[in-house]
Amino acid sequence: MDHFRVENLSISFGGLKAVNNISFGVEKNSIFSIIGPNGSGKTTIYNMISGIYKPDSGRILCDGEELVGLSPDRIARKGVARTFQNIELFSNATVMDNLLLGRHIHMKTGVFSGAFLWGRGSRAAREEIRNREIVEKIIDFLDLQSVRNNYVASLPYGKRKLVELGRALALEPKILLLDEPSAGMNTEEKEDLNIWIKDIQADYRVTILLIEHDMNMIMGISDRILAMNQGEKIIEGTAKEVQSHPEVIRAYLGEEHGC
Amino acid sequence: MDMKRDYYEDIQLFQSGVVLAWTVALLLVLFTIPLYTPNYYVYLLNIIMVHVILAVGLNILVGSTGQISLGHAGFFAIGAYGTVLLMTLLQIPFVFAILIAAFIAAFFGFILGLPALRLEGPYLAIVSMGFGLTIMHIIGGVDAFGGRMGIKAPPLDLGIKQLGISWILKTDFQKYYLILIMTIIMVVGARNILKTRVGRSFVAIKDSDIAAEVIGVNLTIYKTLAFAVSAFYAGIAGGLFGFVLGFFDPFTFNMILSIIFLVMVVVGGLGTILGGILGATLITYLQYDLLKNIAEIPYFGALMVAVSKQWFTMVGLENISSMAIGLIMIGIIIFEPLGMFGVWIRMKKYWMTWPF
Repeated sequence: MDHFRVENLSISFGGLKAVNNISFGVEKNSIFSIIGPNGSGKTTIYNMISGIYKPDSGRILCDGEELVGLSPDRIARKGVARTFQNIELFSNATVMDNLLLGRHIHMKTGVFSGAFLWGRGSRAAREEIRNREIVEKIIDFLDLQSVRNNYVASLPYGKRKLVELGRALALEPKILLLDEPSAGMNTEEKEDLNIWIKDIQADYRVTILLIEHDMNMIMGISDRILAMNQGEKIIEGTAKEVQSHPEVIRAYLGEEHGC
Repeated sequence: MDMKRDYYEDIQLFQSGVVLAWTVALLLVLFTIPLYTPNYYVYLLNIIMVHVILAVGLNILVGSTGQISLGHAGFFAIGAYGTVLLMTLLQIPFVFAILIAAFIAAFFGFILGLPALRLEGPYLAIVSMGFGLTIMHIIGGVDAFGGRMGIKAPPLDLGIKQLGISWILKTDFQKYYLILIMTIIMVVGARNILKTRVGRSFVAIKDSDIAAEVIGVNLTIYKTLAFAVSAFYAGIAGGLFGFVLGFFDPFTFNMILSIIFLVMVVVGGLGTILGGILGATLITYLQYDLLKNIAEIPYFGALMVAVSKQWFTMVGLENISSMAIGLIMIGIIIFEPLGMFGVWIRMKKYWMTWPF
């Protein structure tokens, strides 16, 4: 049985079939990429996995547990973390607070124990210190020390992407959904990101789902690739198989019209 | 100065020795003020501190969580009436009565939080306004609560009558210290809540509720919790307010009061503890002191009264007060969106970089 499975997933908005009967399985600790032209339903799949949309039909299974029907916060507790295409950070909070929010499900402090934070021995203080240590490791890993206490609103685009990645990592997910992590990055930053994603896979023992448009990155990094067009699956396979599939080429480059 | 040696320093109350020294100085001043101020000002300070508790609580809801409430006078009333009625009807000692009343207010806060799950902005404002008005009229309609005639607060006994311990606070001077200690506890509590997990979740909900959900923050729980916490603060403030006034009727807690509370938070600075404190202090002082005595300012006062009588109604001074507070609110929104807290930040920056 696969670690993470999507079975016959479909959703339509009005008459538009945004995702139609998609199935795939992902092995533990592998990198699985989803590619396809704009509007082919990649992000919609993510939104269904993380519970923002409810699919019309189909199943999503993580270690055999059904995720369809759970609210987004319950799905997060099952170990699914994600980033967003258009960055959804908490811009009125510091980088540190954003990453600590990623620790939310691992912490317990409530209103009363939080209000009675008297001194370093209190329960709330001990929990804060422990989690700040964990977050500090992520800050170290993603090279964010220089902006640690800055407000997110003041950061450049590339850094924000990293903060969002860090926040997802802080959740200690089993499955990490990355939505175009390299968008808006320059070549150098993309190379760094490439290395980081491989490191995350190795160090954090996490299964990564990746939506990406940068073909060099996809082909080099992915264990398996799913190619989509207009909500339909074209092919699922290794980089080589996908690259040479005529439908994929047609979806990306268009058809040749004899004229 | 910014060298940190361990993670506790990020969340501790006094971030540096300088802050600690200033805090001690401030506390000394606060604890000795009544010794050298006339009684009327001690009464005014009591009201200010009660409003500080409420404004800090309201700021958790409005400033940090991004939910609006125009019904906080309702929670304030529940606190005031609850405490007094629990003491007079059920003979519950003050210490427990005010806590129970605050929890009742928190429960009503939770109830008001439920529609907030579906409503935003102006719609939520109207629902909460309706809540405040409903509370006011329900209280006014029940004779056991004193009806429209109002109700008199019993002696403020800190002891427990049933055990034969009695410690009655009679004067404003004595009440000052009770209220001051309560205010310090509530303000420090609010600051700690905002520095830990629950407060961070509130800010997360304000900034992006989708992202908050996706990292595991349950919107239903935390939105209603923000209302409950805020209402708890209003309840505690109300319980103290009843004894500051000594006598109150339902119309003490009218809708204008709810709006004034919101003005305090906006003028002070949304989403910060200091903002709540500064806003409550300034607005309360303006309302209860400066603007009440405006007619006594030579020339200018007479002019204002004449203008008011000419163009508005006979109750001239009330108008001037409302207009002045309205103008301050507009001015703050246009020139200093961070409120008085923003002014404070700029002063601090100027001071730290002086003479450059």
